[in-house]
Amino acid sequence: MDPALWAAKTGLDAQQTQMSVTSNNLANVSTTGYKKQRAVFEDLLYQNVRQVGAATSQQTLSPTGMMIGTGVSIVATEGEYTQGSLNNTGNSLDLAINGRGFFQIQMPDGSIAYTRDGTFQMSAQGQLVTASGYTLLPGITIPPAAQSITIGTDGTVQVQVNGQTAPTTVGTIQLADFINPAGLQLNGSNLAVQSAASGTPTTSTPGLNGVGTIMQGTLEGSNVNVVEELVNMIETQRAYEMNSKAITTVDAMLDYMVTNLT
Amino acid sequence: MDKFVYVAMSGAKETLRAESVNNHNIANATTTGFRADLSAFQSQAVSGAGYASRTYATDESTGWKQDSGSLASTGRDLDVAVNGKGWIAVQDPLSGGEAYTRAGDLHIDPQNQLRTATGLAVMGDAGPLSVPPHSSLAIDADGSISIVPSGQTPSTTSTVGRIKLVNPPGTDLVRGGDGLFRMRDGSTAPSDPTTQLAVGSLESSNVDIGDSMAQMIDLSRHFDLQIKAIHTAEETAAASAQLLSAT
Repeated sequence: MDPALWAAKTGLDAQQTQMSVTSNNLANVSTTGYKKQRAVFEDLLYQNVRQVGAATSQQTLSPTGMMIGTGVSIVATEGEYTQGSLNNTGNSLDLAINGRGFFQIQMPDGSIAYTRDGTFQMSAQGQLVTASGYTLLPGITIPPAAQSITIGTDGTVQVQVNGQTAPTTVGTIQLADFINPAGLQLNGSNLAVQSAASGTPTTSTPGLNGVGTIMQGTLEGSNVNVVEELVNMIETQRAYEMNSKAITTVDAMLDYMVTNLT
Repeated sequence: MDKFVYVAMSGAKETLRAESVNNHNIANATTTGFRADLSAFQSQAVSGAGYASRTYATDESTGWKQDSGSLASTGRDLDVAVNGKGWIAVQDPLSGGEAYTRAGDLHIDPQNQLRTATGLAVMGDAGPLSVPPHSSLAIDADGSISIVPSGQTPSTTSTVGRIKLVNPPGTDLVRGGDGLFRMRDGSTAPSDPTTQLAVGSLESSNVDIGDSMAQMIDLSRHFDLQIKAIHTAEETAAASAQLLSAT
């Protein structure tokens, strides 16, 4: 069929994907540590129908040509790793990262996943685990006799054991950082894994080497801006309608042709 | 049958082509940094005796719309938009030379290379730019990138280079089949110190929606007229055939 129809169809597809991305952002507006996504649009290839500068006679060249674009495509959806708002919860095992970096999580299959969601719990063995029960790396075990837990901005975990005067250090939380966090592969459940685009992680003590600090008793909210998403939604809906109108118009043109020329 | 059926046929065909160009613009109404494609009809006379009434219309690309799109603030460090006229230089994926774009959603890849969202290396004044590991990054309005290298205190900043910004006359640029702009003569545009970036913003597409919608309707009616003319040619031919067969 006519390329005019297909160009408009690619527009519908792309706006549909944009709508999915926007809906996903809105759905995750209160997900701890969620980073908003955005779709990256790119114009598709252009067809050279008439070459510019083609000879029109032995002495003359055509000053213009004809290039028809074939529409739009979405080349990527990328995460925007800006800081989310920090909300105080008062729970001593709620941790937020203020700045760059990720918590390292040991997955059941032995691999390491990365997250900004610092809602930690204690397992039956006293280990710090995520809400899904996966262990935080490096492993930190809180002794059963611990009365209170203090986690410093540099990741040092100290516990106050009943009957002792000085607190005991039980471990240090290390954060991983990536050169291109937007390249991490998202696996759902607030977890991301390393990919070829993210680069290899560098681990360091919170507060050093450009990595952020840890804030105890705080959770990082989602960085989704609701107003921005609503504006995106309006823009997407109107763009979708226009592409749909373009299809109807071309269809009407072809219909007029078919009805009149038979 | 009278030859005007071919004139009308070419009119219909070229109108449908113009509708394709217009639909491509509508499809890209939200593409970052997109420049609307322009096309116009030109008359192409068939030369020679007896052909005086045979003037075909052809739809020709007449370049692209040069106005700026609107700037949308995103707040991201690596989002830049060209403020006013000018282009961001990227490495041409085909020749290794330079190509130009207005889409400034940049990234740093694992090899520390600064790239656009479509993966093209961003050019500095001396070749592709690379940005070493850093704890913070800032891009100035003139394209200079300064960073606080990893492991340094915030007072230690270093400049890693300047994004090459160019502003050649619009007539010197052509759009390639991949949507990137290049110099018509294959040369490299000189760096332009007056081109400014708006950092933390992206430039939207410069497609004028109202204009495109009006054009869509206009072209659609224009197409109907051509079809009507073809239909008339058919009727004329049928009528003359009937007259001849009646005698």
